[in-house]
Amino acid sequence: MEVNHSITITTMIAEQTITWHVACSVEDIPENGGACALIENEQIAIYNFTRRGEWYATQNLCPHRQQMALSRGMIGSTGADNEPKVACPFHKKTFSLKSGECLTGDEYSIKTYPVKVENGQVFVGV
Amino acid sequence: MKKKIVVVGNGMVGYKFCEKLISKDVSKSFDLVVFGEESRPAYDRVHLSEYFAGKTAEDLTMAPSSWYKENGITLYLSDPVVDINREEKMVRSHHGIVENYDYLVLATGSAAFVPPIPGVEKDGVFVYRTIEDLDLMQSHAKKAKKGAVIGGGLLGLEAAKALLDLGLEETHVIEFAPRLMPRQIDEAGSKTLQSKLEGLGLQIHLSKNTQEITGNGVIESMKFADGSVLEVDMLVISAGIKPRDEVAKIAGLEVGTRGGIIVNDKLQTSDPNIFAIGECALAHQMIYGLVAPGYEMAEVVATSIVGGEKEFKPFDMSTKLKLIGIDVASFGDAFIQEPNAQTIVFENTAKGIYKRINISNDGKYLLGGVLVGDAEQYNMLLQNTKNKTLLPADPEDLMLGSRGGAEQASSGVMALPDEALICSCEAVTKGNICHEIIENKVTTLDGIKKCTKAGTGCGGCVPMVKDLINETMKSQGVFVRNILCEHFDYTRQELFDLVKIKGFKTYDDVLDNLGKGDGCEVCKPAVASIIASLWNEMILEKNATVQDSNDRFLANIQKNGTYSVVPRIPGGEITPEKLIVIGQVALKYNLYTKITGGQRIDLFGAHVSDLPDIWEELVNAGFESGHAYGKSLRTVKSCVGSTWCRFGVQDAVSFSIEVEERYRGLRSPHKLKSAVSGCTRECAEAQSKDFGIIATEKGWNLYVCGNGGVKPRHAELLATDIDSATCLKYIDRFLMFYIKTAEPLTRTAPWLDKMEGGINYLKSVIIDDALGMNAQFEQEMQFLVETYKCEWKEVVTNPALRKRFTHFVNAPKMKDPYAKFEPMREQVKAAEWK
Repeated sequence: MEVNHSITITTMIAEQTITWHVACSVEDIPENGGACALIENEQIAIYNFTRRGEWYATQNLCPHRQQMALSRGMIGSTGADNEPKVACPFHKKTFSLKSGECLTGDEYSIKTYPVKVENGQVFVGV
Repeated sequence: MKKKIVVVGNGMVGYKFCEKLISKDVSKSFDLVVFGEESRPAYDRVHLSEYFAGKTAEDLTMAPSSWYKENGITLYLSDPVVDINREEKMVRSHHGIVENYDYLVLATGSAAFVPPIPGVEKDGVFVYRTIEDLDLMQSHAKKAKKGAVIGGGLLGLEAAKALLDLGLEETHVIEFAPRLMPRQIDEAGSKTLQSKLEGLGLQIHLSKNTQEITGNGVIESMKFADGSVLEVDMLVISAGIKPRDEVAKIAGLEVGTRGGIIVNDKLQTSDPNIFAIGECALAHQMIYGLVAPGYEMAEVVATSIVGGEKEFKPFDMSTKLKLIGIDVASFGDAFIQEPNAQTIVFENTAKGIYKRINISNDGKYLLGGVLVGDAEQYNMLLQNTKNKTLLPADPEDLMLGSRGGAEQASSGVMALPDEALICSCEAVTKGNICHEIIENKVTTLDGIKKCTKAGTGCGGCVPMVKDLINETMKSQGVFVRNILCEHFDYTRQELFDLVKIKGFKTYDDVLDNLGKGDGCEVCKPAVASIIASLWNEMILEKNATVQDSNDRFLANIQKNGTYSVVPRIPGGEITPEKLIVIGQVALKYNLYTKITGGQRIDLFGAHVSDLPDIWEELVNAGFESGHAYGKSLRTVKSCVGSTWCRFGVQDAVSFSIEVEERYRGLRSPHKLKSAVSGCTRECAEAQSKDFGIIATEKGWNLYVCGNGGVKPRHAELLATDIDSATCLKYIDRFLMFYIKTAEPLTRTAPWLDKMEGGINYLKSVIIDDALGMNAQFEQEMQFLVETYKCEWKEVVTNPALRKRFTHFVNAPKMKDPYAKFEPMREQVKAAEWK
């Protein structure tokens, strides 16, 4: 009993409550590309991965040189399990769209956000 | 009957022990119970300072709670063990939970050492150890302006970085010793580090002994033994660590006089069923305050509990870290000096670089050294030290990198023995990594990280792992064919022909039919360029998002995320009216203007949302896109030629305009530059261009495959004394041949370098039609010339395309507030990036 108790507490700390924000409509984000939306004063890059029928969102800031550019980067995939990724237009640092991990070997990573599409509207969870 | 292991402490080392035990205990013969004092499961304390730089607590977590559950580990958090009953083999926790054990592993870690200075209890005084500490600091920092750190060692400087990240106006570092990081680096290295840190805004006070912290409840100032006073409203104490041995002491286990649970080579405490690992353990009379030896301890105990034999040997304390962006490393015996060794020192005070290596008196072996400001060679130096590699004749090459001349064989990663430890955090050898590359065909960094764990600790070995992958693959004869990328098993030339034959016009068609996966930043622009070279359709219509950023916004991205605009000015000839328009546009949109090397005018600092408006004005005034953003024809520079110049023999300006207008908009594997000079004096520098034309008494000399840039190349003479029509015909053939056969992003000079037969072969193709392709080349070029349209004119008149030029989709009129400018000589420049 004690075991479960203490684990539940941690999970609650780990899972913060998500608020969904309307970002834009589906056609605002180009197919197989990204665009930036301003949500709660944060710049969030939203990617319409049409090829895979998937949506992703990350911070717009590339941590390498602190540039607001990821939404203008090319998206794609890498590796045997087709990890979805985005490449910063400045120096081609790439990041996983799933985990935010830098795939070009640097130590920094980017924040990712949940996305959902309802009635032609794109929502981002912050 | 399963045996039970209780782990006291859920920090990095405690976690690593669980991970190692789970992987070794294949028959599942142990139950694992873990007690942690903090409210969250183990996280990466080494990278704690990244918490203020934007990482979240989850980012730093070693493994989520679910991992413990999935592996059958009972995890009690926020519940430290307070008592050990060794007779009954039982522990009791703060909340009263009692667990029996067969083996007990103490991984209680360490706490910050707080010196007994009067006033340390005041508000605004912190230690820097846990995420909770960081949260407290963060909330206090909101109202603080001046901060200080006691401690100029590794941890102190990490804490100073945290204060910088918190945005305090002043950050002071107070160190008792006369220099920074006395344990890791020598005096000269300390000095270099100090001046670099001061350059970053830290104020450093050495030989300072803090006597009192004053303030009414909240810290107001610090008083020092020399009578001086420093006013601060925030203080972080990071003067060292103190092993957490309280519970061991209560249980009657032997501890060292200055703290730490005494352990033998098997890491057993004075009670053989109780082990101690990590920073709470006193092994070989010392506390190992780094994560790598802690992980090794976890390995030793996990091995011996499952029945293996392993001892903890004195551990190499070499370390490389980035302190506030400055590389600092020390390896092997960093301090040994004459007469026991010879030292070689390199110092560049302007750049803030200090390097020292210590070599054996016979000059054969590297013993150790110190690197400050640039630690790129750290991995190789460490490997050479550890493996006792015979030094080359000029050992300074190892420290400075090869400066031309023959590469030193012994300094390369391939020269290391198989047992060389590449990743010391996870104890992965060169042999382990090469095995995965060769036998299991793991050829990506990611893959190697996954299967060996190399590079997943401090990350310092990542460059070396990359080198190993590349070099090993080369030695295996892989990469013989220059395929485009992981998504296309074709060379660019093969793909070009296939796209042409099949008539594909979109990237998705090409990928669906000829490739795999979802593409990437390598194949997307390469295929986009092929499609543009073949069909010459507006690049943003069907293939906008496979274009590189510059092509996607038809402008050149600059340092602060704004763009630069280059209208075409063919041949560098411009009317006063058009010059005025450029000036007016620049004034209206606050653009920095500069004359380019190609006789054009570059307008910098345009917000993405202003681009269509700027171009609307330019297009209305008769300007066209200059394609400065594209892998395409840039400029055809000219001298004034025979129209004005007393030496000129041909009208260079008129011909350069004709050439520029013929090839404008042509997409190619890389950018194309050209020039026309009106006489042999060559004022237009045509011999440094991809194709350059120089006037003669009888016509033109045509030169090809030159460039400026990193590796300047003089162009080679292709044909002499030809008339204008022949000159254009030869250029048509030359460009089409290049576009069809070059690798992506290869300029004409390296393309020619790789061509068998060189310039003579090229001549035979272009002049003698050796391939029988010239009629086709000319026809294809004519198609491209006839289908040219100005891209910007199309965008300006197409509302759907215009709409894409916004920074915020949900606030199209708003400009990026991050795009910052600074004044410079009556204009603006981009704010310096970090």
